[in-house]
Amino acid sequence: MQRILNNPDDIVDEMLQGFLKAHAEIVEATENKRVVKAKDIPEGKVGVVTGGGSGHKPAFIGYVGKNLCDAAAVGEICSSPTAAAFLDAFKAADQGKGVACLYGNYSGDNMNVKMAVKMAKKAGITVKTVVANDDVASAPGDQREKRRGVAGEVLMWKVGGAKAAKGGDLDEVINAAQKAIDHTRSVGIGLSPCTLPAVGHPNFEIKEGTMEVGIGHHGEPGIEVCQLESAKDMAKRMVDVVLPDYPFEKGDEVAVLVSGLGATPVMELYVLYDEIDKLLKEKGIKTYKAYVGNYFTSLEMMGATLTVMKLDEELKELIDMPAYSMGLKQL
Amino acid sequence: MSGFRNRNGKSVLLKMVEGIQSNKDYLGDIDGLIGDGDHGMNMNKGFSVFKDRFKDADISFTEGLDELGTILLNEIGGSMGPIYGTIFMDMAEAGEEAEEITLEVLSDMMTAGFAGLCDIIEAKVGDKTLVDTLSPAVDVLKEAAESGKDFQAALEEMKAAAEKGRDSTKDIVAKFGRSSRLGERSRGVLDAGAASCCIILQTMADGMIELLSE
Repeated sequence: MQRILNNPDDIVDEMLQGFLKAHAEIVEATENKRVVKAKDIPEGKVGVVTGGGSGHKPAFIGYVGKNLCDAAAVGEICSSPTAAAFLDAFKAADQGKGVACLYGNYSGDNMNVKMAVKMAKKAGITVKTVVANDDVASAPGDQREKRRGVAGEVLMWKVGGAKAAKGGDLDEVINAAQKAIDHTRSVGIGLSPCTLPAVGHPNFEIKEGTMEVGIGHHGEPGIEVCQLESAKDMAKRMVDVVLPDYPFEKGDEVAVLVSGLGATPVMELYVLYDEIDKLLKEKGIKTYKAYVGNYFTSLEMMGATLTVMKLDEELKELIDMPAYSMGLKQL
Repeated sequence: MSGFRNRNGKSVLLKMVEGIQSNKDYLGDIDGLIGDGDHGMNMNKGFSVFKDRFKDADISFTEGLDELGTILLNEIGGSMGPIYGTIFMDMAEAGEEAEEITLEVLSDMMTAGFAGLCDIIEAKVGDKTLVDTLSPAVDVLKEAAESGKDFQAALEEMKAAAEKGRDSTKDIVAKFGRSSRLGERSRGVLDAGAASCCIILQTMADGMIELLSE
C-alpha cells in the first residue's frame, strides 16, 4: 500500500490536526475533537451542519466556512460520525434559531443523526434535516428515498448555507436545501477501487481496462461494468443516466458539478467536462454555473461523478452567493 | 441458585470482549465480502476501549453493559455504534434495579434491548441483518422464562437459536445497510452484523453459565 501514514488507526485524528492548522483562517477546533466549526460565524443565523465518514475530502469539513456549513461531524473512514459528534456539531452551530442538518442517505448517518436530533431536542435545540439522495444509480426512480447522497450534497450545502447566510429562518433554509437536492441528480464512474488504510487491501475489484458505471462513494456496485471508454463515450453514458431521470430538458438552466473520485488527475476531469458540456449544448440545456475539481472523493479511487442541478431564480441567487471554505472558494 | 449476582457479572462482559477481540479478523473478512471490511476493526476498537477503561473497576453486569453501550454509541459511530449501543444501554436500563440476574430479568433485558433496536432500524427478520440472530434468541428466552425453564438450559437454547439465526442470513439477499446495494450478489454470504451478534450472545451465555455453575 503506497500511502502516507503513521498508524492507520490514527489517520482521522492526524488528518484533522493538519487540516485545522492549515486552514486556521476558516475553521477552528471544538471541545469534541471530532467536530470542526467555522470561525467567526455571523450572529443570529440559523445553524447549518453536516457530517459523514472520512475519506471523502474535501467533504465534509472542507465545506465548513463562510456562507456554507457552520459545523461538521467527523467519522472514521467511510463510517458515520457518532450521535454525540452530530449533537456537538448542532451545539457548535446553534444560535437559538435552530439547526439545519444537511447530510447524505446512508444507514449509519441516518441512525446517528436521528439519535442526535432526539438528544438535541432534550437540550432545547431544534434540528431539522434534509437527506441527500442524488445518486441515480443507487435505486430506481420510484424508490428515490433509498438513493444515496453523493456529490450533489455540495450543491445542497451551497444552497442551504447561502439561504441561512441571507437570514432565512429554519424552515426557509430547510426548504431551500430540500429543493436543491430534489432538483439534483448524479452518477459516478469508477476506474479503480479504494483501500481503507487500516484494512490494507481493496474490498472490491475493478479490473484493469474496465470501468463501473454507477459506482458509489464506498465502492457500492453500480449499474454495469463495461470496457474502459474514451472520455467522450463516458460523458455520453453519464449524461444518458442523469438527464432522463429528473428529467432535464431543452431550455433548462443548470449547475454542473464534475468531481474526481480521488486519484484521477484534475486535467482529465476537464476533458470529461468538455465532452459533457458539448452534449448538454446539443440537447439545448444551458449551463449557468460549472464546478470542476475534486469536490467529493473516495480515498484513492479513480473515476469521476457528474452532478446536474436544475436552477430557478431562487437557486441561481443562492448558487451565485460568494462562499469561502477549503473545498469551495467562490467570489 | 436461580441466577447470579448482578454485582459479580463483570466477568460476563469480559467474556464478550474476548469473543469480539479473538474474532476481529473473522468479522472483518465476512464484512469485506459484501460490506466495507471495517466491522471487525470497529467492534474490536469499541470493546477493547471498554476493557482498558474498566478492567480494574468494580462494576456490575448492568453498569458495565451501560458503559459498553455508551462507548459504542459515543465513540465508535458508524452503524454498529448506535445499533449495539442502543441494545446494551436499553438492556442495562431494564435490569439496573436487579440484584440478581435471573432468567426472567435477562429475558426482560433482552426484550427491552431488542425493542430499542427496533425503534432505530426498520429491518425485520429475513432482511439479512443482526435482527435475524437477535430476534429468535429473544424469543427463546421469553418462552423459557414464561414456562419456568432452568436458566442454564435456556441459555444453551438461546445459543443454538442465535447460531441458527446467523446461518439463516447466508441465503438471504440483503435489504438494508451497505450490503443491500449488492442485491443478488449478497446471497451466499453471512451478514457480518448477524455474525457479531451471535458471538456476543454466545459469549454472554457462556460467561453466565460459568457464573451459574460456581
